[in-house]
Amino acid sequence: MKKLTLSHLGNFSYSLDATVYHIQPRFVEEIADIFAFARENDLKIAPRGAGRSYNDAALKGGGIVLDLSLLRYIQAWDAEKGILRAQPGLTLESLWQYILPDGWWPPVVSGTMKTTLGGCLGMNIHGKNNFKMGTVGEQILEFDAILPNGKEVTCSPRKNKDLFYAMISGMGVLGIFTSITMQMKRVYSGLVNVSEWNVPDLEAQLYALLDGAPRNDYIVGWLDGTARGKSLGRGQIHAANYLAKDEDPDPAETMRVGFQTLPDTFFGVVPKSKLHYLMSLGLSNLGVRAVNTAKYIVGRNKSYQQPHAAFHFLLDYVPDWEKSYGKQGLIQYQSFLPKETALDAWTEMLKLSQKRGLPTYLGVTKRHRPDNFLISHALDGFSLAFDFKITNGNRTKLSEMVQEFDKIVLNAGGRFYFAKNSETAPETARKYLGAETIEKFRKLKERCDPQNLLYSDLYERVFAPLN
Amino acid sequence: MTEINKLPTATPLTPKKRAILVGASSGIGAALAHRLADEGFQVALLARRAEMLENLTNEINSKHGETRAIYYTHDVIDYESVPELLKKIMSDLGGLDAFIYNAGVSFMVGLKKYDFEKDRQTFDVNITGALAWFNPVAEIFQSLKSGQIVGVSSVAGERGRVGNSSYNASKAALTCYLEALRNRLTRHGVNVLTVKPGPVKTDMIKDAKGVLFPISAEQAAGDIFNAMRKRKQEVYTSARWRWIMLIVRNIPSFIFRKMTF
Repeated sequence: MKKLTLSHLGNFSYSLDATVYHIQPRFVEEIADIFAFARENDLKIAPRGAGRSYNDAALKGGGIVLDLSLLRYIQAWDAEKGILRAQPGLTLESLWQYILPDGWWPPVVSGTMKTTLGGCLGMNIHGKNNFKMGTVGEQILEFDAILPNGKEVTCSPRKNKDLFYAMISGMGVLGIFTSITMQMKRVYSGLVNVSEWNVPDLEAQLYALLDGAPRNDYIVGWLDGTARGKSLGRGQIHAANYLAKDEDPDPAETMRVGFQTLPDTFFGVVPKSKLHYLMSLGLSNLGVRAVNTAKYIVGRNKSYQQPHAAFHFLLDYVPDWEKSYGKQGLIQYQSFLPKETALDAWTEMLKLSQKRGLPTYLGVTKRHRPDNFLISHALDGFSLAFDFKITNGNRTKLSEMVQEFDKIVLNAGGRFYFAKNSETAPETARKYLGAETIEKFRKLKERCDPQNLLYSDLYERVFAPLN
Repeated sequence: MTEINKLPTATPLTPKKRAILVGASSGIGAALAHRLADEGFQVALLARRAEMLENLTNEINSKHGETRAIYYTHDVIDYESVPELLKKIMSDLGGLDAFIYNAGVSFMVGLKKYDFEKDRQTFDVNITGALAWFNPVAEIFQSLKSGQIVGVSSVAGERGRVGNSSYNASKAALTCYLEALRNRLTRHGVNVLTVKPGPVKTDMIKDAKGVLFPISAEQAAGDIFNAMRKRKQEVYTSARWRWIMLIVRNIPSFIFRKMTF
């Protein structure tokens, strides 16, 4: 092993900074050596893909961050059946660029294409089609993994079933994926048909998702967190559908990578790499209110066609958008609520955030369905994600407010997501996951990793105290 | 070496600063440990005297209702153990923002005595022990391009006086070493602070007579913390010693030779 030096690593939202031994293996065989090294030196390990979690999932302060981003080879691709086998460090960006010219698209993608396959599985990500397609885990045919106990395993929905459903969603603390086999989705064009329309309040927003999710391939809502009174929860719905076969007159052209690539400039003038500086000017309570109001007022019912990449990867549209939130970064608070209780709970939460002078600068709503994975965030209902800007002065207020949010969500039978929320208390996790799930997870952890080598800051903060 | 409790990990809304404090069991060290914990730091406390360290740690943790201090018994003349211990503490703390070397001894030898053994002990603790820590810590901070090194030297290092030659010499060496370290590390984003206390009411001066302007350990800790916060390079505590020492440094040798302090 190379000489280890400490370096700083952060999270996606620039709100954490950890001092870690950053190790980037180039060969799968090195992983066993790294386990042995950690064991000998009494160090803990957090696996990391692209580091796109909003919390401490891919960090281990004072320990090893096992960065898998260089294990990124596509090992097999069947362009007839759309089945791909790849190493865990492969990014969604490399993945779609490889398969789209053959007429395939990843069936589930995150809001940024910088994420890695391993990270997507560890957090069992979902997209704007969660209701129709489920999570990324539901697209996985098989994976190989190396466990800290030295065993190498192959898991599928039939083989090593318990590990399959726990390692996907297991936040990287049960083992390291070494090879992932995934089914892709056939597409007949590089474009999607998008329609967007305004919704005047939260009830209309939720109804639009409820009604629209079964009828559209993708659906997502933008929520104006600053609108008050009768307009509370107003926003815009974006729905998208794949083009049918032969609908696109020139699919070879639209499925070219060059056709999909996001433009480098904004309005053809402002270089987008600098755009986050401009955006940071608008990120105050007043600025966001003005921008949101304008966005709502100019919002019209309209339909258009858009490349897949432009529709899915909104977060990549402005490079380094997260920097616009300033030096202290942001937190994202995402809650998942049953469709019966969502309206009341979120009404209460939106009102609370406005009363406290801490309105969300970005609200995003989605429709969900339950899944079979162990650490699941999904349910038959909706999710609402809030972005809050952190300042040196608002930490305490924000912290108190998200604790109150947690109570509201728990009382409404809701759930949370460990790629997003950074402040979830151990007892909150036990309450929504249930004692039985926690116990199952603990037993698997003991079996796969008896010495607790895989021990991210997230695991230490939330799950270790529950054992 | 004992570990008390797990320190809470940082979250975006509860960020943590981490410090190692060597020479923490009493005096300025204990007061600084309290102050750092009061300011939200997580501190690793090191000293020889386990019982005092344990009491101090318990006091700090119960005051805040959470683990903010952990302790390790360590004798600074056990130089070889430092790299391993540092690695362990880094892992337990989960990072490092500041390192403070406060260990120091002073023996009153008397004007008519010459005692090599006491001189050597003074240098072992005040200098060699400091170097054993500064080297690996500086290496880490240089690679991190961040961090703060604090050395508690003394106004005593500014002149060689009749009463305490080796203490004066050891503190002069420490001050000079810290200056060199500062010149090496500033370009890498690391702050090096030299602390020069005048008399502080601690065990070190409890038998001394005729002490000028003594201050409490809490006041010294407050001055040190403020200097750390402002990332200063040098601080006298109390501040009046900057002016007193300006005069003392400039007393001509033919007069200083005749003085008895």
